Amino acid sequence: MDTFVQQIINGLTVGAIYALIALGYTMVYGILRLINFAHGDIYMVGAFVGYFLAFQLGFATGPSLLGLTVVLVGSMVAAALVGMAIERFAYRPIRKYARMTTLITAIGVSLLIENVFVAQLGAAPRAFPQLLQEQSYTLFGNAAISKSQILIFAVSIFLMLLLQWIIFKTKVGTAMRAVSFNLSSAKLMGVNTDVIISVTFALGSALAAAAGVLTAQYNPQIDPLMGIMTGLKAFVAAVLGGIGNIPGAVLGGLLIGIAETFVVGYGQNIGIPTTFRDAVAFAILILVLLFRPTGLLGSTVQEKV
Amino acid sequence: MPILVKRLLAALVIILLLITINQYMSVDGLFGFGVPPYYARLIVLTGINIILAVSLNLITGFTGQFSIGHAGFMAVGAYSSAYLTVYYAGAWEQSLAGMLGASFAHVLIFFLAILVGSLVAAIAGLIVGIPSLRLRGDYLAIVTLGFAEIIRVVILNIDQVGGATGFTVPAYTNFLWVGAFAVITIVIVYNIVHSDVGRALISIREDELAAEAMGINTVRYKVLAFVISSAMAGMAGVLFGHYTSFLSTNDFQFIRSFEIIIMIVLGGMGSMTGAILGAVVITFLPELLRMLGPKLESLLSSIVGAENIPVPVHNFLLQLANYRLVIFAALLIVIMLTRPQGILGTREFGLSWLKRSRRPPEGDKPVGESVTTGDAERGSTTDSKNEVDDK
Repeated sequence: MDTFVQQIINGLTVGAIYALIALGYTMVYGILRLINFAHGDIYMVGAFVGYFLAFQLGFATGPSLLGLTVVLVGSMVAAALVGMAIERFAYRPIRKYARMTTLITAIGVSLLIENVFVAQLGAAPRAFPQLLQEQSYTLFGNAAISKSQILIFAVSIFLMLLLQWIIFKTKVGTAMRAVSFNLSSAKLMGVNTDVIISVTFALGSALAAAAGVLTAQYNPQIDPLMGIMTGLKAFVAAVLGGIGNIPGAVLGGLLIGIAETFVVGYGQNIGIPTTFRDAVAFAILILVLLFRPTGLLGSTVQEKV
Repeated sequence: MPILVKRLLAALVIILLLITINQYMSVDGLFGFGVPPYYARLIVLTGINIILAVSLNLITGFTGQFSIGHAGFMAVGAYSSAYLTVYYAGAWEQSLAGMLGASFAHVLIFFLAILVGSLVAAIAGLIVGIPSLRLRGDYLAIVTLGFAEIIRVVILNIDQVGGATGFTVPAYTNFLWVGAFAVITIVIVYNIVHSDVGRALISIREDELAAEAMGINTVRYKVLAFVISSAMAGMAGVLFGHYTSFLSTNDFQFIRSFEIIIMIVLGGMGSMTGAILGAVVITFLPELLRMLGPKLESLLSSIVGAENIPVPVHNFLLQLANYRLVIFAALLIVIMLTRPQGILGTREFGLSWLKRSRRPPEGDKPVGESVTTGDAERGSTTDSKNEVDDK
């Protein structure tokens, strides 16, 4: 029972990270119908910006709450700018073209970011400085929760609530919902769609960067290719929950995080090797899509001629 | 001349041409001229990529079904045939060599391996295709990607084929094999596209609902195209594995599937020659970029003299090779921004194309153009008419 609770806690930690990244995928897809393959790399960029901020501003020497806050917010702002730049220079010119073209461009942007980082910094992993005094708290029984896990839960819940507030209570959020409902109608109603799309990319990228810095606190190893697999799984999480659906992205992320942790923790008891960790997300996705083609919480849209 | 004689003649010419080129694919070559191993390797890999691109074009370019799982079927073909050649081929070859002669036995065994690899990949394609082809668009894409990743992880856990340490495979493939199967692939796909099946496939691409309304069993045709495409990917996998003579599941990650998609989109989706062109460009471009720095350096030094090159320029040129993948990615984005329909669009490159391009631009509106604009309009509205399918 203790290990079960422990697995759930660990799974939710990983899942919260996936959920934060999945939100960016789902928002961009909801508005542009674009799989933003570069989003996983924004997560990586966020972690690296945090890394350099920590060293440049002298927070790498020891744990401090101020350092953590500055690094987290700084990397979120930087990633938001990167996301807006990508949208402005790569995606906006091709927005009206065929889907395949936009997809290849997204893959191109992803390759560009990865290769610029590899060429500049090398592919070797780097140790992220510890900004949080690591400490473990015992819960009921023997299950334990570490300070970095609490941090991940606290920050991700805060950011998700903040996002919910932005989307449902502010003018920008209303415009975002209008654009995702129907871009051309929103434009006719006087919504500046270019600005709204830009804001969407900024919000999604900031969340991904937060995920990057938080992961680096939990597992302090960062490298330029860390965003590929994590980004892909986060995208799977978004599709699993119903792409375009914000609570769906969170649900999908948490589910995949828990499933992965369970495969590592219990898989061997029923003959599943731990290497299936990377496959389980896809297996769940395929099973769900075969029975619910629009994901768990996705709305069903009837096809019209 | 009767058409049969014409075709036989064409086949003969192609076979002779392939055999001749094959002779040049070694350092000695014919008459003292040969291609260095580095280029020979690139040319063989280009041939394999042509098979992959042309076969993916059948399902993605002509049928309009977006698959990112091609590397998975390639892996199935590569590993299943390698299992055969590593564990059984040696004994079979020896027993056959007595009856048929050593070289013929060798050819026969590898032919069998290619057949088995394609067949197993086709079965995998059927198993994956039947459930997933009910989905459309991005959902199909992500499911095929998922299947490919699952295939990779499953192979990674089979100890008989090396698991994570990799699998050493006998080297059977040479240029002749790759060239011959590339030609066979191109002929098969060309014939499918220009048959009644091809008409059905293209109608599914243009409008799946309308095709269904016209009485086309869309699921059957989509699965058919998917299975054929998978079998060819498996074939490419067999050739690839027995060329590099070492298999690692890292060769079949989804980035490989992306590469194949990039080839067909770059060349122009729904164009046979476009897929071939894309395969050539994507195979050679990174290697050409690798050579760019030293070549520029020597060019510069021959103009101004080696000692007159400023140090920063010298350092920049030396480091250019490290940035070849950056340049590659940037070029990809620039091509997509400037020529979204790919280099050829849906046109075919050929003699008639050269003639047509001399006409004024108004007369030069190929059928494919209207398709592209149609897609563009669909992409720009967020009316999700064609996005989500839940029947």
